[in-house]
Amino acid sequence: MTAYQFARNLLDQGHDIYRVFFYGDGVFTLNALAVSPQDEINLPQAWHQLIESHEIESIACVSSAISRGIINTREAERHEKDSVSLFESSDIAGLGQLVDAALQSDRLISFG
Amino acid sequence: MSKKAFTFISRTAPYGSNRPKMSLDAALATAVFEQEVNYLFMDDGVYQLLANQNGEPIQAKTLGNALETLDLYGIDEVCVDYESLQKRNLEACDLAVPVTLLDATQMRALINRSDFVINL
Repeated sequence: MTAYQFARNLLDQGHDIYRVFFYGDGVFTLNALAVSPQDEINLPQAWHQLIESHEIESIACVSSAISRGIINTREAERHEKDSVSLFESSDIAGLGQLVDAALQSDRLISFG
Repeated sequence: MSKKAFTFISRTAPYGSNRPKMSLDAALATAVFEQEVNYLFMDDGVYQLLANQNGEPIQAKTLGNALETLDLYGIDEVCVDYESLQKRNLEACDLAVPVTLLDATQMRALINRSDFVINL
């Protein structure tokens, strides 16, 4: 939630987000199958909308994601699963994307 | 691309969660990019470095074995918070790898001069 609010405020203030990288349990934030109680924010849905509306590159760490059942069509086929749980606005890739993002950006901000 | 200094800080015990593994994977991935990588163990994280670990009875990979190979994978410096060791009645000779012991001032200096600090 802190990361989401921070990201939203960054964008409101005119900063650019080069990439959001979800690692460890953070990948659950990209679970498209999550449902929240009606009077609470659905954090995965909120992230999805933010990512989509600002065309932010969003990556779930591959080993974190597949071990937690956060998979897209490509990983579902590769591992012979019949469901998909990752929002289409995000992709699955390796830790190199985290390092690359650090090297390409002014700042690396981590949460959690 | 110029070389940047990354410091990874690991603070949790080796087998209770997957955080130590996350730190290790991220540090190794960074080393592949030929960056300066420092690895700092603090708090219960110092238990990750204990010699003679065996994860087999709990169906876990022995983390200490992986940490013994850090220098082979281009991790520049393995550092330990001396105070965390002392509080747990441990000494450098109880650890599986040679480490640099840092006091609070030295840790502050390391963090200050790092371009990126990743706390997992």
